[in-house]
Order: sequence, then structure tokens, then C-alpha cells
Amino acid sequence: MPHKLLLAACLLLAACGQPAHDQTADLDKPYPPTQGGTLVDAMSGEPSGLIAMLAGESAASAIAANLFNSLLKYDKNLELEGELAKSWEVSRDQKTLTFHLKPGMKWSDGKPLTSDDVLFTWKLVTDDNTRTPYGADYKLVIRAEAPDPLTFRVTYAQPYAPALDSWAGLHILPRHLLEGQDINTTPFARHPIGSNYYQLDEWKNGERISLKRNPNATQGQPRIDRLVSRFIPDPASQFLELMADNIDTMGLSPIQYARIFPARPELTRKIAQYKELGNAYTYLGFNLKHKPWDDRRVRLAINYAIDKQELIDGVLLGLGEPIASPYKPGTRWSNPDLKPYPYDPARARQLLKEAGFEDHDGDGILDRDGKPLSFEILTNQNKQREMSATLIQRRLKEIGIDVRIRVLEWASFIGRFIKTGDFDVVVLGWSLGQEPDQFNIWHSSQQDPGKFNFIGYSNPKVDRLLEQGRLELNPDKRMKIYHAFSKQLYEDSPIVYLYAGYGLPAIHKRVKGIDNPAPPAGIGHNAYEWYIPEPLRRTEIAEK
Amino acid sequence: MNRALSNPLAQWGFAIIATILVLAALAPWIAPYDPDAIDVKSILLAPSTTHWMGTDGLGRDVFSRMLFGARISLLVGFVAVGIATFIGVILGAISGFYRGWIDVVIMRLVDIMLSIPTFFLILAVIAFLTPSIWNIMIVIGLTSWMGVTRLVRAEFLSLREREYVLAAETLGARNFRLIFRHLLPNSLTPIIVSTVLGIASAVLVESSLSFLGLGVQPPQASWGNILTDGKEYIQFAWWLSAFPGMAILITVLGYNLLGEGLRDALDPRTKS
Amino acid sequence: MIQYLAKRLFWMVPLLIGISLISFLILHLAPGDITTTEAGFNPKASEESRQKLRKLYHLDEPLMVQYGLWLKRMATLDFGESFAGHQRPVLWEKKDEKGNVTKGMIQEALPITLLINVISLILTMLLAIPLGMIAARKHHQWQDRAITVFNFVGFSIPGFWLSLLLMYWLGVVYNIFPISGIHSINYQSFSTWDKIYDTTRHLFLPIVIPSLTGLAGITLFVKNGMLDVLHQDYITTARAKGLAEDVVIRRHALRNALLPLITIMGLSIPGLIGGSVIAETLFAIPGMGKLFYDAVMMRDFPVIMGILTIGAALTLIGNLLADIAYAWADPRVRRGVVR
Repeated sequence: MPHKLLLAACLLLAACGQPAHDQTADLDKPYPPTQGGTLVDAMSGEPSGLIAMLAGESAASAIAANLFNSLLKYDKNLELEGELAKSWEVSRDQKTLTFHLKPGMKWSDGKPLTSDDVLFTWKLVTDDNTRTPYGADYKLVIRAEAPDPLTFRVTYAQPYAPALDSWAGLHILPRHLLEGQDINTTPFARHPIGSNYYQLDEWKNGERISLKRNPNATQGQPRIDRLVSRFIPDPASQFLELMADNIDTMGLSPIQYARIFPARPELTRKIAQYKELGNAYTYLGFNLKHKPWDDRRVRLAINYAIDKQELIDGVLLGLGEPIASPYKPGTRWSNPDLKPYPYDPARARQLLKEAGFEDHDGDGILDRDGKPLSFEILTNQNKQREMSATLIQRRLKEIGIDVRIRVLEWASFIGRFIKTGDFDVVVLGWSLGQEPDQFNIWHSSQQDPGKFNFIGYSNPKVDRLLEQGRLELNPDKRMKIYHAFSKQLYEDSPIVYLYAGYGLPAIHKRVKGIDNPAPPAGIGHNAYEWYIPEPLRRTEIAEK
Repeated sequence: MNRALSNPLAQWGFAIIATILVLAALAPWIAPYDPDAIDVKSILLAPSTTHWMGTDGLGRDVFSRMLFGARISLLVGFVAVGIATFIGVILGAISGFYRGWIDVVIMRLVDIMLSIPTFFLILAVIAFLTPSIWNIMIVIGLTSWMGVTRLVRAEFLSLREREYVLAAETLGARNFRLIFRHLLPNSLTPIIVSTVLGIASAVLVESSLSFLGLGVQPPQASWGNILTDGKEYIQFAWWLSAFPGMAILITVLGYNLLGEGLRDALDPRTKS
Repeated sequence: MIQYLAKRLFWMVPLLIGISLISFLILHLAPGDITTTEAGFNPKASEESRQKLRKLYHLDEPLMVQYGLWLKRMATLDFGESFAGHQRPVLWEKKDEKGNVTKGMIQEALPITLLINVISLILTMLLAIPLGMIAARKHHQWQDRAITVFNFVGFSIPGFWLSLLLMYWLGVVYNIFPISGIHSINYQSFSTWDKIYDTTRHLFLPIVIPSLTGLAGITLFVKNGMLDVLHQDYITTARAKGLAEDVVIRRHALRNALLPLITIMGLSIPGLIGGSVIAETLFAIPGMGKLFYDAVMMRDFPVIMGILTIGAALTLIGNLLADIAYAWADPRVRRGVVR
């Protein structure tokens, strides 16, 4: 390294360039698939541990997904297929599921992976000592057994439609390493041994987690040798790192995607932009236990007074879709008959008048019984939600509603306002999963502090539909149930659906083999097939 | 004071601060747009004759927001430092006047406060109490009185030994009168200097809190949160960060020049 | 001297008690019960950590008992384990039965922050001393004013704005420095020299930027110190002897003018330990500022309390050392003339 001699000069003059990785190789040329290389990405937070059932953060799940397998998984079209399981059967009474594991699977330490491990994991996730929020699904299993090393069988008291989905979401953990340990405190969370494409190479606290290829992987070998996730908390720094070619991929904001990239040919030359259906939607939720939100007319009025297209244009720069049910647009669960409430301020005023809100005292703000219609929108530190709240505030002011905004960091938000029910209106998001069951969010039994139905929604008809939906395994009948559920929800309007934004990943063009346009499962679904042709690899990370 | 105003640095500082105060005071009359008026059809426009400082991510006019933001940023500075100065003068006066055990207690309190990184304290308190403009001003005030306390105490200790104070005391002047008639007016200069410098720091602290999302609540504009909004587009929508950044820089510089100029001009060392 | 030391050590006791009170207050500052502020949407997890918090801080005991027990934990440096960081010890490493060592959070973060801040302080001093001397000698001339304005501009720029501008300019446009982090990802494979080179490159901006900010204060301090000294009798005497101005300054003035800098160093210790939350967030440096910020955001009380108390205690020790150094350097104090 001759330039190290220039160190002193460098520090004084800050003038010597780094001759590293200037891209002379052609990025757009086709290259045959090859093995090797390193993919670097950035995460804003560091995982607390890598056992997904314990660590709630998205950072933990993202990394753990490369280390562990579930029995089942979703393919690129969001249909279930086997992962550790080769096949599965549902019994005639629809209460028993039998999984047949692929033969000869191993953990990355070389020990065999059998149905014993699956049974052990089920015991863990249902154990009352395990600090997991995800136990409920698995506790419905009344009997779990592993009759032979390749068979795992679970029996439910009654048919449970979300069961298969739940087995696609449970990472199977190794019994031989965890038995007899306290799962909540085990060092395994920081030294995991898994079965998926990669294994942990190194975890530098506060800096990065590196994964390397797992030679014993149960799903075949990935093409890229190493995955490095750097912890870069600030999104501005992340973007600079992407521009400087120090990371290969990050999720873009709408402004970066729609404004900065088109204006910067040097970026589009080396970085490819992708667009995929997002897996979350943003909503405005009313505290139905507070007045006047118990009045459907008031809720509808607010719904009519919010211009969803303006939100999509303003907050997402058009990179999102309006929704009218809590399901991904275009999937079978989404009810095609429902259309978002249009922007209609006259209608909103009319409804408010019917509910008794008029500007009696002439101060420009509607009032009822001498009390002005005034409330606070609460949201957490999230740029898009904050902007949405600001736009909504503006629109509501036009029809005479006084809105204040309060932006809080997550801990205060949850602890002081959501759990205690001490809020009027929130702007928040829910994820859009593959499984239509939303019992936890909408069933009237789920209103206790800390549970998900914190807005206090309660409708016996919806309760019944949600209960039915869980028992029905026939996809077509199920679809009808959830369409009816969405319709009822739409009519009650306990929340205002604002938008579902797109996911906007940017990936350096050195990474090849990416499906574009993105299939329903998103571009990450075949990450194990991605490859980095040798001439395009970073020189500074040449393996030694 | 005349001496102070003949110092060119102080003159510059004074001119800067005066200009900004006038602009902030006249904001509703100067601002070409409503600072909160959203226009999603003109998001992130570059500066032009219609929008002198461009528009932000919601199509709001940055120039108007800067003018109204000046009010918030300056208010935070004034109130926070007012609180700090008030506490500092009282504690410092008690400490320096009465001396003895109460002096020891107050000085230890100062030491304790100085041993904890101030920004950590501010951060923890604001996060736990939830951010609002009042919380921010109070917390900055409650964590920055130590300097003034030490200063006032030192002044009092030295003034107390002056002959005119001793004379007043022997003539039977009450403590109250002594403090307010004789001691405080004569320690005013260093207090003013430290107040001016304190405002400069408070403006910076506000922008730091905005950076961490713990600043003034939207849609209210402050220079700190306009700058924070712009940080992700620093190389693209440069106007979003350049104008508030420069505004903070110039204002803080103005306060510092004024404060330092005053100190320099009133400093006995330089009289020779 | 020994008497002086003993006195100073004695005074640390009430200070430590005061610090314990403040951190105890912060713990109880969160409205209601601190256990309701736990982050996360997880009924069971929060119930458990609520129990743990109750046990850890004895929240069921009367306030006085709670405080007493907290004092005891402070005295034994027992800060427990992080709630958020999967059982990582707050202060110092621990070993489990299998011999796996888990490093303490402060143990890992403090050296990084100290390294950056100490180098930064040294750099500031190296720049501030000559600047301050020039300003003093050319008092009220254009050099003095230019230095003052330059320093104040450095002080007045919002740090994160300057950082981002330099990150963009030097990191992206000219590609001279890395943008964030403290090591390259292939750091492990480097030779010792390359490791030092690599770390230096990463830390260049985080060290230089706070130096610019801190320059104003110390330059002024040096300048005023110099001005004071230049008006002292012995300098006048030296001048009267016909010594050249350079010699006067180098031989007589400088030493005395720089003495108070030791006090300044003592005063900057909380900053040295605390680290900058913003710089560490922007540059992705796993130091004390970032650790504290994350802990506040996660309501990770053991870490918050640990950092506040350890930080304050180290500051007191630092101040003590600075005073001793001062006493040692200043013959008047050494002989017990002053104090």
C-alpha cells in the first residue's frame, strides 16, 4: 500500500484522491452468472438479537431471514411452497396438518436438522416463559408430534385457516444448541447457527453484521458469497454512501426516486431503481371511545374532507396507490367493489351539520354545544406520516376544523398515548400481509392496553366475520368472507385509508440476476440467485 | 456602551441582530406567502422570482417559512437564556453576597450540573416529557444557568470588597438595597455579554434538537427544522438547507460578534 | 499538597451523591410509572420487563429505600444489563459458563468517543495557541479581527450541516474520505499500518469538524490570557531590559498565559466523555453519544443511568486530575500560597 506514506500529507491538505474502484468495466453488458463477491447494504438500526420470535425490530428479521428457514414460504407470486418441508397435507376434517421434511438437511454446524427441531421450536414459541408476541397462533395447536425424523404433525381443536401462513413465519431453531437454555437470555441470539443460505461471520457491535455462505445450506447455494449489513442511522448519510458507491443497496424515498435520480445521470448510470408493491398502508385512525368519533357521520365527514390523491401526489410524489380495504390492491383479498371515499368537502360539511357541528359563534371553527371541533393528530417520527398529517391539517382547516399535530418518538407514542388510550386521532401504518386474517386488529376482544385494536373498534358483525374467516379453509368462501368484512369496515369508516406507498429499492448495477419488474413478492424473492460478475466487484474488498 | 459601539465587530454584530429582529418582527407583512400554505403542484422548486428561496417538500414557500421560523428560533433563544440568566443571577448573587455554607452548596450544585454532559440531560428530559416549544425553552434554560451563576458570584465577591460597597454597608444599607442598588448594576456588563453569547448557543441547541426530531412541532417552522428537512437533499434541493444553514450561521455569528465586541470594549485590560 | 488532595477527594463525595440524585430524578421523571414507557407493542414482553424494572429499581419499596439501594448499586458499579441490547452488560464485559465473553456497552463505546474527542481537543489546542497569540499581539488590528471572525464562523455553523456538506464534497464528489463508519468492511484483513491508516481516514472528518467548532472558545481564552500577562509588571520589566518582543513572549509570557488552559481541559471533560449525539449519528460512530441517544429512544433505563453516572464520575476524576496538574504546574499553588 504505497499511498499510506501519503497519510500525513493527506491529513494536512486533504487533497489526495483515493484511486480505488473507478468503474471502467461496463455495467450494462450482460454477464454470465458467477459465484462470489460481497453485497453491502445499510440498516438504520442494529438488531438486539437474531432470534426473530424475540426481537421485534425489522433489522433483526431482515438478517435472521438469511440465517433461518421456516417449514413453508411464499413464492414469487405469493403462493405457499415448501421450504424445510418437501410437502404437506391437510387432514379431511381440516384440523390436522402433516409436514414432510426434506431429507438429509443439516444445520450450519453440520448437525442434522429433523422434525425434532421443529417440535422443539413449537414448544419454545408456545412456552409462557418465552418473551414473544407471536405465540398466539401456535397456542391454538392442541397436539404437536414428531413421529419420525422427517414428519411433523400438528392438530388444532377446530379448523384454523391462518395455520399454514403461521408455519411460513416461524423460524425453526436448533434444539441441540438451545435445549435447557433460557431462550430470552441465551448467547445464541448473538451467535446464531441456522440452516439458510448464510451463516454469521462477524458481528461488530455498532458497526456491521457480516454473513458468509453456509456450505450446509438446506436450500442450495446462493451465488453471492458475503452479505454485509452496515449500521448507518442517518438516512442522509446512507444516501451519500450509496452515491459514493460504499453500499450497494438502500430503500429510496419518493423524492430520491422521482426527483434526484432523474436529475443525476451519474447515479442512473451505475444504480438501478426498482419499484415494488409496498407491504404497508398508512391510515388515520379515530379513537372511537372519544367523542365525537363515536359518531359515524363525523368520521365519514373527515374521510370526505381528506384528499387522498393529494396525499399520494404530495407525500409520495405519485409513488403509491389509494386503497379502500386493508389488503394489497390487486390481490384476491382486496374487494374490487370498494373505491376510496372521494374528496368532497361539501359532503363533509353536510355530514358535520347533520351531526350538529356548525359555526355558531362565527370564529371560523365548527362547534357543537359550545365546544369547538378541535383535536390533535398524533404520529411518530416518520417523515411521510408527518407530511400527511400536515396536509390533512390544512384540508380540515378549510372546512372549519382546528387540528394540531404532535410528532413523538416511538417509545413515548406507544407508552404514553396508545397504550393508555389517551389520544384523539393517530396517523399510523399497518402492514399488508399475505394472510387475510386481521383478528388482532379489528376484533372487539383485542382492545386491552398493548393490544392492536387500540382505536376501540367494535362491531358484532365484523367480529362474526373474523371468527368465520379463521375457520374457513376453502379459498373462495374465505374470499367472500373477507370481502364482506372489508365492506363493513368501509361503511363504518373507523379509520381513513390514506395510501399504500411503493417500496423503492435502489441497487447498484453490479448486482445482476434481479427480476424486473418486481413480482408480487418483491424483488428480494430470488436474492440467492443474484450475482456480482467478477469485473464489477469492488477492488477494495478483494478477498484475501 | 459608546465604547462598545465603536468596536467594528460589535457594530457588525449589532447590525446583523438588528436586521434579523426587524425581519422577524415584520414577518407577517414581508412574507410573500402564508408560511403553511401547501401546494403539492410546486414541490421542491428551485429559487426563482416567484419563490425567492424555492419551495420545500410540501410546496411551501421557503422564504416565508424562514421569516416566520426566525421568530421561533429567536424566541427559543431569548426565553431559554432569560430563564438561565434569571436563575444564574439569583443563585450567583446569593452565593457571592452571603458566602459561607450557602455559597458552598450552590457551587457544588454548579459542579454537579457541569459534570453531566448538558446535551444528554436536555435530550433525556425532552424525550421523556415529549417535545414542545415550551419544554424546549425551559429545559435549555434549566441546563445552562451554571456559567452565569459563576460569573455573577465572582463579580459580587470582588465588588463586595470595593470601598463604596463597604461604605454603604457601614452606613446601614439593607442587604436588599446593597444587592440591587450597588452590586447588580455594577455586574451588568458581564451578565449582558454572557446573555448575548448564551442566545447564540441556544439557537444552535434548537437546531440540534430538530435534527433529532425532538424540536418544534410541525407545521410550525423553525430554522432548525427547515434545515433538518433539507438535510437529505443537500446535494439536490440545496436551497432547503443552504438558506436556514446560512441564517443560523449569520445569526449566531452576529450574537457572538456583538457579545465578544462588548466584552472586548468594556474589558478594563484594553483601556490602557 | 497532600492536604489539598485530601480536601479535593473529600469534596467529591457530596458531588457524587448529587449526581446520584439527579440520575434518580431522571428515572422518575417520566410521568407515571417508568415501566409504562417501555418501547414496543408487545403485551407479554412489556409485562416481563415491567417486572424486571420493578425488581431492578425496587419500585415497590418506599422512595427512600429505592434511593438507598440505587446508591448502593452506584457504589458497587453494578448497572445491570441492557433491556434493549439482548442482555448486554451496561458497563463491563461478563463471561458465561461456556466462556463466551460479552463486552460491556460503555466499555466498547467509551474508548471510541474518547479517542475522537481527545485528538480533536489536541488539534484544537494546536491551532488555538498560535491563533490566540497572534490575536493578542495584534490586538485590535486586522489580524485579531480576522481570527475572531474566522473562529466565530466555525463556532456558528450548525455542525450537522457542515458535516453533511463535507461528507458530500470530500466523500462523494472527490472521494477522498470514507463517509461514515470507523472501519472499512475488510478491516480485519489489513496489516497493522493499513489498519491505522484506515481508521485515520474514517475518523478525519469526525475529528476535524468539532475542532473547528471548539476553536473559538480556546483561542479567546489564550488571547485573553496573553493580554493579561502582557500587562504584568514582569513583562514590562523584561521589555524594559531591552529584550526582543519575540523573546519576551516565548520566554516569559507564553508559559504563564498557557497555564489556565489546564483548567479549560478539565472543563471540557464532560464533552470528551459525552461525545456528540449528532456527529456520531451522522458518521455512524458507535460511541457514547449514539449509545445514549439509542438508550433514551428505547427507554433502556439501565444504559441511561449507567452513562449518566459513569460519565459524571469520570468527569469529576478528570477535573481532579486537571486541578492536580494545575497545582503541580503553578508554583504558587504548589507551595500552598493560594487556597
